[in-house]
Amino acid sequence: MIQVKDIDVFYADLQVIWDVSFTVSPGEIVALIGANGAGKSTILRTISGLVPLTKGGIIFDGKPIHTMNGYDLIELGLVHVPEARRLFPEMTVEENLDIGALKGVAKKNRKANKEKIFELFPRLSERRRQLSGTLSGGEQQMLAIGRGLMSMPKMMMLDEPSLGLAPILVKEVFRVIKQVRSEGMTVLIVEQNVKQTLSIADRAYVLENGKLIMEGKAAELADNEHVKAAYLGV
Amino acid sequence: MVQLEVFLQTLVSGLLLGGLYALIGLGMTLIMGVMKIINLAHGELMMVAMYIAYWLFTLLGIDPYLAVFIASPALFILGVLIQKYLITPVIKVESILPENQVILTVGIGMVLASLATVFFKSDYRSTPVDYASVTWYLTDYWANSPIELSISLLWAVSFFFSIMITIAMWFFLSRTDIGKSIRATSQDSDAAILMGINVNRMRSLSFGLGAAIVAAAGCLFIPLYYLYPALGGQFTLIAFVITILGGLGSNVGAIIGGLVLGVFESMTSTYIGMGWAPVGRFSIFIAALIFLPGGIASLLHRRRFGK
Repeated sequence: MIQVKDIDVFYADLQVIWDVSFTVSPGEIVALIGANGAGKSTILRTISGLVPLTKGGIIFDGKPIHTMNGYDLIELGLVHVPEARRLFPEMTVEENLDIGALKGVAKKNRKANKEKIFELFPRLSERRRQLSGTLSGGEQQMLAIGRGLMSMPKMMMLDEPSLGLAPILVKEVFRVIKQVRSEGMTVLIVEQNVKQTLSIADRAYVLENGKLIMEGKAAELADNEHVKAAYLGV
Repeated sequence: MVQLEVFLQTLVSGLLLGGLYALIGLGMTLIMGVMKIINLAHGELMMVAMYIAYWLFTLLGIDPYLAVFIASPALFILGVLIQKYLITPVIKVESILPENQVILTVGIGMVLASLATVFFKSDYRSTPVDYASVTWYLTDYWANSPIELSISLLWAVSFFFSIMITIAMWFFLSRTDIGKSIRATSQDSDAAILMGINVNRMRSLSFGLGAAIVAAAGCLFIPLYYLYPALGGQFTLIAFVITILGGLGSNVGAIIGGLVLGVFESMTSTYIGMGWAPVGRFSIFIAALIFLPGGIASLLHRRRFGK
């Protein structure tokens, strides 16, 4: 579904991503794990065209997307649910969902999809006319995921969906991720909550200081000594 | 009774003036919200629109109120061009001064004012429409009214148009996909890109719309006012005061701010003296900065978000 090939990324003169390559196949959940500042979010932002790459390429669904405009990716079926939700705080829940479906087929099915999202997250339905800035952290995350789903994507990139949430809400988020995957969605997830993430992912890549140092089946990585010591605290 | 009459008359005139101010402020706020810059050429754009209305009236006899439909699209195009070819290239340049674009808008304003002086001389001009002297008196409609109030037809029409334009803008911003995209861009431009919004196009569109709105305000003002090339600066300042008073980037704030400023100026000229209106304007500006730095928007925000 997506192939990232040998990318280098710089912030001004500082290189933050070194020669990173990985792939995600259709229907997979792939996790990108690593510590704060390892470059996980930067990789997602690079895929989304928010940060330019200086070397390498990114192929989504057979098309090179690193030369495209960031705002065109959503129509190809690639959506990025960014870190810290990044909702539109002065817009209502419903308006935020509308913004998720501005183009093409998604726009045509907007109404029906909104109802589906409200079924998936009943809490949002109760608050559909409320400004998204007034929602709790958990509700905001649900809305961010819902807004992403509104575009009817083939692949979703989730950046730290569990960040700052109470344990019960973290569970809820992971339940939703499993559910959308069971409906055929491909997922690339970036997380610091390594334990939970490895339990739902098929494969994972470990990123340290902007370089991929390890990859493998999620279950195997969860048993790996280095991963255990560095990320699982055991 | 006379006192009350004067007060009410002042209030009415203030609201009528405020309606026009609201429109000027709304245009600047739209640009401010999306671009994150204060457009200090705002009054000069209005001046350009007023010259368009003036020449349409003088040469072709077109009513200034109808000129809205010509001047606004023209200024929309001018705004888009300014944004695309002047402001965007400056935004891309990393510089010591983060507000380079704002300084650029000052320059654009100066160029527009100077060009107007070169081409049209600094003569005062006006559009003497033949219904200019029509005035409605309250006693004409209610013979036994204890007080007398009057509204001039021109002011009433200008006010009416500015309210209609404000409502149309509200509808556009809150109900249409493009309007929502503009708001999304002003609230979080990165997230807007992720949702498939062409943020640069929204910026051009907002600058164009902001210019078109102030153009409309210019056409509504010209029957009531004189026109001369340096008039822009004064209205840029007014727009700036309204934007600060309203809270940067808030549309509702700008509308309320415009009305408040109109009433305040009108009160100052009645009770202190005609020449003191600008003093009133700037004392409310300073008061807002000291006592309500977030503007009227911060009050609204506190109510809606409970913090």
